[in-house]
Amino acid sequence: MKPVSLFLGCIIPNRYPGIEKATKLVLDGLDIDWADLAGASCCPAPGVFRSFDKVTWLTLAARNIVLSEQMDRDVLTICNGCFGSLTDANHELKHDPAMTKQVNKHLAEVDMKYKGSAEVRHIIEFLSKEIGPEKIHDAVQHPLDLKVALHYGCHLIKPSKERDLGTVENPVFFDELVEALGATSVDYEDKMACCGAGGGVRSALLDKSLEMADAKLQHIAEAGVDCIVNACPFCHLQLDFGQVEIKDKYGHEYSIPVLHYSQLLAIAMGHSPEDVGVDLNFITDDGFIDRLRG
Amino acid sequence: MTKEPVKLLEDEGLTFLTCMQCGTCTGSCPSGRYTSLNTRRIVLSARRNKDVYHDENLWMCTTCYQCQERCPRGIKIVDGILALRTESVHMGLMLPDHRKVAGLVVDKGHAVPINDANKEKRKELGMDELPETVHKYPEALDQVKKLLEVTGFVQLVLEEEKDKSEEGQ
Repeated sequence: MKPVSLFLGCIIPNRYPGIEKATKLVLDGLDIDWADLAGASCCPAPGVFRSFDKVTWLTLAARNIVLSEQMDRDVLTICNGCFGSLTDANHELKHDPAMTKQVNKHLAEVDMKYKGSAEVRHIIEFLSKEIGPEKIHDAVQHPLDLKVALHYGCHLIKPSKERDLGTVENPVFFDELVEALGATSVDYEDKMACCGAGGGVRSALLDKSLEMADAKLQHIAEAGVDCIVNACPFCHLQLDFGQVEIKDKYGHEYSIPVLHYSQLLAIAMGHSPEDVGVDLNFITDDGFIDRLRG
Repeated sequence: MTKEPVKLLEDEGLTFLTCMQCGTCTGSCPSGRYTSLNTRRIVLSARRNKDVYHDENLWMCTTCYQCQERCPRGIKIVDGILALRTESVHMGLMLPDHRKVAGLVVDKGHAVPINDANKEKRKELGMDELPETVHKYPEALDQVKKLLEVTGFVQLVLEEEKDKSEEGQ
């Protein structure tokens, strides 16, 4: 297993820092060789930047990847947007020498050069492939008897041409990681549906974006779960803060707690819900937090 | 000079011309259930004329890639939509909120920068007030700013602002 650098992105360090802390606790607890990726920027966000100017998107993404290349580490992301942007950019650059030349001409202005020597990983596929559900199960100190609505999010698994993660219609690798902690991953209608945040839709067309989230939350509520578990802070924000916005706009109240998998795993490994910021979400539920404590 | 959509897509190694209008894309689209986005029509329109660049539905795609995964002809629909959006932006069409997000990255290096409330949350968790990103390293932010200048991105965003203000007068 190649050592990794931890790519934080924007939303985790700047809106849900508990996920950042949880991730670091988990990486330490599983003896994974990781380091901060000092000086990284926005990935940049694929929905807007990739839509605006391809060369700019690739150049900023390449700078982030080069920082990790310089440390001889793969890039570990904890956000589907960052994973999507950096994976797709890395793939484009590795397969398009003319584009790489153009990007490197820009990078030379800041004394950098993209080589293509680092891979981009996402914590969920990384834990699934490099550690595996059995070893994750062995690391559990405090099994979590919870009914969970799992949300993969889109860019963890799609576009599949640039991932090696099997089916996009009915994947199971994330469910296995959740069930390794003692929880049950409950099926619900349209489980693989988008949360509605991506592609610049949430940032510019909030009402439409929330209609998609409302439908998703409705299906999750019908399944009768204890919480939602996700792999992405933008989905996390949409499903957590989105519940506040949806209540204001449509009067639909769900009150379903939302956790990133890093948080759930850290709690199962013995850390308290407050240690990893579960109480800093917009939707909080003291009864649920007590249950997490065991 | 604005390119014909068919030519633009060809230059990106993409084509919509093999589409048989089966509608699998529209049937698979999570956005289309709640918005006026009809992916099949975008694909059809992009084969015919430049009006597609002005179609606001281009911006209702969440880029979930479900249509692209399921397309029986293997058309890279989302990659194509992103290419069409890019041309549209270079024509000066950018949603106001997207311009703001672009401006945040130009200024701060983050699309979602830190604020006081979240500095407090970080401290409450026993973490440094600022993360190990461009927020903590000014020289790293300078690199990002330099790159956004040399790629022409700053100009792209600012020029369009100028056009917009002229329209408003």
